[in-house]
Amino acid sequence: MSATHRILHDLAHCRAGDKGDTSILSLIAYRADDFPLLVKQVTAEAVASHLKDIVRGEVTRHVLPKLCALQFVCEHALGTGVTTSTALDTHGKALSFALLAMPIELSEDQPGSP
Amino acid sequence: MARHKTIRIGCGAGFQGDRIDPAVILAAQGRLDWMVLECLAERTVAMAQLRRLADPDLGYDPLLRARMQALLPLLKRNRFRLISNLGAANPLAAGRQVIAIAAELGLKLKVAVVTGDDVLDRLEPGTATLETGQPVCEFGTPISANAYLGADAILPAIATGAEVIITGRVADPSMFLAPMIREFGWPLEAPTLLGRGTVIGHLLECAGQLTGGYFADPGRKAVRDLAHLGFPFCDVGADGNGTLGKVAGTGGMITLATVKEQLLYEVIDPGAYVTPDVVADFSGVDLIDMGEDRVRVENGTGSARTGTLKVSVGYRAGYIGEGEISYAGPNARARAVLAGAIMHERLHHDLPDVRIDLIGVDSTHRTDFGHPHDPYEVRLRVAASGSTRELAERVGLEVEALYTNGPAGGGGARKFISERVGIVSTLMPRDQVTTGVVRMSTDRQLPQAAAISPPPTPGRT
Repeated sequence: MSATHRILHDLAHCRAGDKGDTSILSLIAYRADDFPLLVKQVTAEAVASHLKDIVRGEVTRHVLPKLCALQFVCEHALGTGVTTSTALDTHGKALSFALLAMPIELSEDQPGSP
Repeated sequence: MARHKTIRIGCGAGFQGDRIDPAVILAAQGRLDWMVLECLAERTVAMAQLRRLADPDLGYDPLLRARMQALLPLLKRNRFRLISNLGAANPLAAGRQVIAIAAELGLKLKVAVVTGDDVLDRLEPGTATLETGQPVCEFGTPISANAYLGADAILPAIATGAEVIITGRVADPSMFLAPMIREFGWPLEAPTLLGRGTVIGHLLECAGQLTGGYFADPGRKAVRDLAHLGFPFCDVGADGNGTLGKVAGTGGMITLATVKEQLLYEVIDPGAYVTPDVVADFSGVDLIDMGEDRVRVENGTGSARTGTLKVSVGYRAGYIGEGEISYAGPNARARAVLAGAIMHERLHHDLPDVRIDLIGVDSTHRTDFGHPHDPYEVRLRVAASGSTRELAERVGLEVEALYTNGPAGGGGARKFISERVGIVSTLMPRDQVTTGVVRMSTDRQLPQAAAISPPPTPGRT
């Protein structure tokens, strides 16, 4: 079976939140049918690898089947946090779309679009 | 109390600078029983404390006057009650201002102010911070320390019959939970009910972020009439389940997708969301789309609250200096990169954390994921922290000097300077935090001399 390469933006939506130096990224499937694929491919390790230039600490994943959602808790992600960071986006508010830029493999029988 | 009774709680502000017009629409047409204004972010109290240090009559929310002038006449006409944390670092001064504004508007008003969140005098310098485990004192001299109070601190203020309840630092969902506890007579030892109420409070607390704000992504997630975004309310039942909605005709939308994004927003552990009232569990929540911008929220749960309160500690963290300048057209990126290298060379001896960003390239995500591109225009941003204002100001001066001392074709230089307040968190045993209520009234221009403190309850303080 051949696979096509897409990005998470095609399958899911995300909102970023922050607590101190921790960035919290939700990942919510548009369609329940795509959720198993997200669970399989978008592991904590895969997200840590994708965000390696941004997140310096651990990435923890929570699976929320009732919401067809994953929650990623990324530690040491905001360069000391909202109040003392010199970065432009001190809250990491825009990191939602950094996660959504992550490549994902779709098999042909999984068209995956919202 | 009848089991079928519901109460309607609306959210008229989701952050300190939030828009006022949607709150006015909620107040005028929302048929609310309660309105909550959430105006206090993590560091807002510390910034407010700096204003209070400069003037003891200040330190409350700078938009208090505008919000109250817009909402108090509607509150009196439509007979809802209002709870807000816009007292910030000076809830008593905020209460007096609300009374003064009501008097100016010719309104009779009763206000109750919740006190006791300020615990700076009890903060142990050696207390470990939650962020790093280092003692609080290693971060600098604390300028503020505020405990996140819970619904139990707000209930005595509600019991006074006041129409406006002003607090300083309280947990955001607690402002929504307190009226539910009051109206339904929930015991404070009913974690399932408190967990459900906390789910609803958490969903409402960011106002427009539930109704389609911060959601639109053209081509993927359409939101109708975002320019006229309406704010949310919830019809809550005695079982703690509720139905979210907004005023008909306002912009935005409430769908399963908008509610899911907000349910998970800023939640570190969806199975254990710790507030002063309860450890709420969001993982089993059922969301049901009822159509027409209504979503039913059911089956949150929770377990008993912890023995400590979170305390947010603010400390002076010097100044941040920033400068920006734009390059556009042929070779824009290369000229911006050269300018950035020059800025680093000129500044890093005195300002070792100097940061160079290329806006339009990699500034927002702090990376371009290894896919460099040459945009038509690039804005160079230089930022550094300095222990003094003068030191931090060097950043902007050096960026401005790129006009005649840097690469060709720079334009639109701007410089900024801001004082920084750092925030760390710690935990404090509940028995070290004593809360109280001060009543104020337009009938009696001065606040009552003695504060009313709730009686200490064994096992709950």
